[in-house]
Amino acid sequence: MAEVLFFLTAIGAITGAVGVIALRNPFYSVLALVAHLISLALLFLLLRAEFVAAAQVIVYAGAVMVLYVFVVSYVGGTQESGHRLTKGFKLASVAFGAALFAVLAIAILGSGLQALDTEGAPYQAGFGSPREIGKLLLTDFLLPFEVASFLLHIAAVGAVTLARRRGGLETQGELNAYTALDFARPAITGTMAEAVGGRHQRMPEPGAGADASPAAAIVDSEPSA
Amino acid sequence: MNVNWFLTVSALIFCIGAGGVISRRNPLVILLCLELMLNAANLALIAFSRMHGNHDGQIFAIIVMVVAACEVTVGLGVIVAMYRRRVPIDVDELRELQG
Repeated sequence: MAEVLFFLTAIGAITGAVGVIALRNPFYSVLALVAHLISLALLFLLLRAEFVAAAQVIVYAGAVMVLYVFVVSYVGGTQESGHRLTKGFKLASVAFGAALFAVLAIAILGSGLQALDTEGAPYQAGFGSPREIGKLLLTDFLLPFEVASFLLHIAAVGAVTLARRRGGLETQGELNAYTALDFARPAITGTMAEAVGGRHQRMPEPGAGADASPAAAIVDSEPSA
Repeated sequence: MNVNWFLTVSALIFCIGAGGVISRRNPLVILLCLELMLNAANLALIAFSRMHGNHDGQIFAIIVMVVAACEVTVGLGVIVAMYRRRVPIDVDELRELQG
């Protein structure tokens, strides 16, 4: 029974992987990846990793793939024209993949690990259950757990910053606008807005010169800074 | 099933992903191929975890999934920013850093 299930899911996973790289339309590639991930979750179940399999289906095939689908439908899923991609280049990539697989297969077959030919350690009840994983995450692996949460936080902020409506620096109006923080700190404290010539850069008094526009003030103040 | 079989499937998926990274030019599909490679590594980690009867490999796989999610969010953010600036979504066209 386990063998049948293994071969079915392994074929499903490999077919999904081939579909990801072979399909022309990125939207279908994403769908192939969803099929691949679900087959992989079944393989994880065969390896008695219940919690990881559940997380794979819920987090990966659920949340992350929905993000992909949104972006593909937003960007438009442009099909690759492929006219500049020569046949030789494609053959070279296939040859590279085959060579890499040969190296890995030699590594697997030639390794001295005797346990590779067995089914692994005897199964104990509760192996891979959320209870065991949670206990480890909050005791032995507390630091990686916290670092991972921090990394997720940084990635979320970074994604929002990158994909804002207007990338890059603020406009001149925003740079000169006052926020609540500006009244709570001294004038020149070396903030980033000051570094790029924003607020609190010493502006010429309106009417001091004929060219007292903000843009001219920025250009004038840069050499003196 | 022997652990060998799982490792072989993992190696095959990794190589398919590596070939895809080289041969495709759409950054979206390249991100998908990176996902393939990370998942192949996850499969190997969990197979070794089963082999040793130890949970450490599964924890490692969960952390890899977190890192993959971060990579996807930032990568998709970059792609959306590229689309908004009307930059062609094609890695062969993006050669400004080439000098």
